[in-house]
Amino acid sequence: MKLLEINNLKKSFDNLDVLHDISLSVEEGQVVAIIGPSGSGKSTLLRCATMLETMDSGELTYVGESAVTNNEAGKAVYADSKQLKKIQGYFGLVFQNFNLFPHYSVMKNITDAPIHIQKRDKKEVYAQARELLKKMGLEDKEDYYPCQLSGGQQQRVAIARALALNPSILFFDEPTSALDPELTGEILKVIRQLAEEKMTMVIVTHEMTFARDVADHVIFMDGGYIIEEGNPKDVIEHPKEERTRQFLARFAAK
Amino acid sequence: MSLAAILQQLATGMLATISIFVLTLFFSMPLGLLVAFGRMAKFKPLQYLMKFYISIMRGTPLMLQLMVVYYGPYYIFHIKLPAGYQFTATIIGFAINYAAYFAEIYRSGIQSIPVGQYEAAKVLGYSKVQTFGKIIFPQMVKRVLPSVTNEVITLVKDTSLAFVLAYAEMFTLAKQIAASQTSIVPLFIAGLFYYIFNLIVAGVMGYIEKRLDYYK
Ligand SMILES: Nc1ncnc2c1ncn2[C@@H]1O[C@H](COP(=O)(O)OP(=O)(O)OP(=O)(O)O)[C@@H](O)[C@H]1O
Ligand SMILES: [Mg+2]
Repeated sequence: MKLLEINNLKKSFDNLDVLHDISLSVEEGQVVAIIGPSGSGKSTLLRCATMLETMDSGELTYVGESAVTNNEAGKAVYADSKQLKKIQGYFGLVFQNFNLFPHYSVMKNITDAPIHIQKRDKKEVYAQARELLKKMGLEDKEDYYPCQLSGGQQQRVAIARALALNPSILFFDEPTSALDPELTGEILKVIRQLAEEKMTMVIVTHEMTFARDVADHVIFMDGGYIIEEGNPKDVIEHPKEERTRQFLARFAAK
Repeated sequence: MSLAAILQQLATGMLATISIFVLTLFFSMPLGLLVAFGRMAKFKPLQYLMKFYISIMRGTPLMLQLMVVYYGPYYIFHIKLPAGYQFTATIIGFAINYAAYFAEIYRSGIQSIPVGQYEAAKVLGYSKVQTFGKIIFPQMVKRVLPSVTNEVITLVKDTSLAFVLAYAEMFTLAKQIAASQTSIVPLFIAGLFYYIFNLIVAGVMGYIEKRLDYYK
């Protein structure tokens, strides 16, 4: 089943075309990695998909429900706010710099939205939150505040916060880029575990080994275009396009 | 005149000063938030109007503003105002003046909150009102507290400006008694009163700041 479908997405800022005609789809249980040089439009793509940015043109569909369609003039038309609110619940997003709420404890960061927005039962939400914290290796941290945690721990709380809303698909925008190198491993481990549990994920990352090992599908972007995509082994180990080769060579050199 | 008699006379002034102080904060703090919203509004005319309002309030003497509020209705519109209008005019004058200062403090506090907080809230499904109420406002309060404390301490001293409307607050009375008794004592007592008042204010604000110290 297709959880996400993006067709012919175009986005520009002022006069700068950032995304040209991007199409992609994500099946249930699939892990998609997006790689590419800085400024290639990876974050913008994720921000359009999560409706933090409005797209100029194109279609956006979650679980068969339209969030954005094109009108005859080829301009993006957003669904009504009720529909968008529903669709909002289908996805979660993990940010590069976590964006936890500093004035809320770990527990409240995770449980506030499920309780007050999804209006779920408090007890059930707390039980789920404790389970998620255990999974993240943070069972003893529920009363801590974000400022008392390491970056890696904060990011794991952010992942738990996103998962607590039971999204169908989870986006990550460079989840390890703000972390010290020795802390990236703990985040990648958590994502790997989620992949094993068949969580549907779209991950923008600069960790090539991780992308190769964990993703089912890799997309290489450059200059707002999808240059090459496919099986991770093919794209990362035997890229067909010159630009992909150049990009990957820079990583190999490091 | 004995010290006890002076103190007794000044006591009503103290109460009046405290009323001005409390009522000014009560009205100006929420009003400042509304002005800050207007100042940040996307609707340009409202934004410019608030900008103009703030610049007038901050750019002209409070004493003059108090006089305009007090005498304006009669001089301009020939409205006869009731006897107690002195006090009302004092509160209106202080409230609209302090609202302008609070508005700018709130605005800088709100604007200093990282955009990521709004984005995280949006993705988690918080509405705009929920985002402001639960996520932005509490963080703003913490950030603006030191500046608000400064304003509140200034207000304690500014209450003495009510003397221009001959409103019988602490300073007005102290001045009158000092003149009639040719004694400096009432003025010293007034000074001591303002000083202790401010010590209490600083203590309370410090306490609130401490209470919000649990996060960074
Ligand atoms: N809000 C914005 N206003 C104007 N230009 C923007 C905005 N956001 C992004 N851009 C531009 O769009 C282009 C793509 O940016 P984007 O952040 O999507 O790249 P990226 O692939 O995520 O890069 P990185 O790997 O550095 O995160 C860049 O040229 C960037 O300067
Ligand atoms: Mg990016």
